[in-house]
Amino acid sequence: MSDAPAAEKKTSLWTLFITFAKVGVMTFGGGYAMLPILEREVVKNHNWTTSEQMLDYYAIGQCTPGIIAVNVSTFIGYKTRGILGAIVATFGMVFPSLVIITALASVLKMFQDNVYVKKAFAGIRIAVCALMVTAVIGLVRKAVSNIPTAIVAVAALLLQLLLGVSPVIIVICTVAFGLIMYFSTIKRNNDSENKEVQK
Amino acid sequence: MILLQLFWEFFKTGLFAIGGGMATVPFLFDISARTGWFTTAELANMIAISESTPGPIGVNMATYVGFETAGILGSVIATLGLVAPSIIIIVIIAKLLDAFAEKPVVKTVFKYLRPAVIGLLLFALWQLLPLTFLGADNNLLWAPVIAFAVLLFCMLKWKKVHPIFWIGAGAIFGIIAL
Repeated sequence: MSDAPAAEKKTSLWTLFITFAKVGVMTFGGGYAMLPILEREVVKNHNWTTSEQMLDYYAIGQCTPGIIAVNVSTFIGYKTRGILGAIVATFGMVFPSLVIITALASVLKMFQDNVYVKKAFAGIRIAVCALMVTAVIGLVRKAVSNIPTAIVAVAALLLQLLLGVSPVIIVICTVAFGLIMYFSTIKRNNDSENKEVQK
Repeated sequence: MILLQLFWEFFKTGLFAIGGGMATVPFLFDISARTGWFTTAELANMIAISESTPGPIGVNMATYVGFETAGILGSVIATLGLVAPSIIIIVIIAKLLDAFAEKPVVKTVFKYLRPAVIGLLLFALWQLLPLTFLGADNNLLWAPVIAFAVLLFCMLKWKKVHPIFWIGAGAIFGIIAL
């Protein structure tokens, strides 16, 4: 990956903050929902990067720990103004959430004992369950491609359900499993290549 | 002290939650079970509000949980904890590794991490079920079950409709029928 296109003028940190705050306000949901808005702001309006590079940042944002939206903001901020830029862009991205959620949570606290609010949230929980099922269905379509991947999904569920293993441990074990799978395939390939050579 | 704990819990979440959308949710259920800072019912409400307000869901959740646990300072600290690993890791990767996502070893590891997220999400969902579908003496409530089936069917049929709409529909159903 090459560096971001050299901007003629050095981007001010304030511009970086405001731009990402704007993206944060206009994004509902994060992840890929953010891509078109980010593209408009960062590629078209400010010319900080190209569309192709943006897709690279997304690929990396998905393949690194943390939330995709935050990872991508950090990446673009870093490419634009170094470490300080990374921090400022990320703060810009989370700033609207901080303001909006805090305000909303304070208001909701006042009404939490209201009978209609309680009923509404009982109904909302049903919708949340259904939304989680759709998230799972989407992930199954994308991520379960063969028997080993299906086993990992089931094992992750059962380890929590039956043994109370924490999600952190499950992620660590899965990384280890992925590394074992990777290096065992490499070894197998090398072995078969060696045999071919001997023949 | 609670602020330090909040930062640490969300730092771990930021470090181990992978992907977008509901990736942080399983970790928040885990925090709820271990610390008792908030209940699973509150967590369900927070998911609904995080989906219905601007901003990435994970960031909204961190802000919300932080606020419920320790006020405004809590919301700032939790969010900082969540994004700190991203900043550290992305800066290192941007500096040192070219084409990180293209490396075969990274691809293989993530091929298995994504299905693991399915298991994590299913367990989070499992914890929500009694709260949503069982009555006071653990009897199955039919009204929520039917509403769930209808909502899920509609969500899968009209995929483009924003979650806010379904959350609103759930709220109206709750006020009228529950």
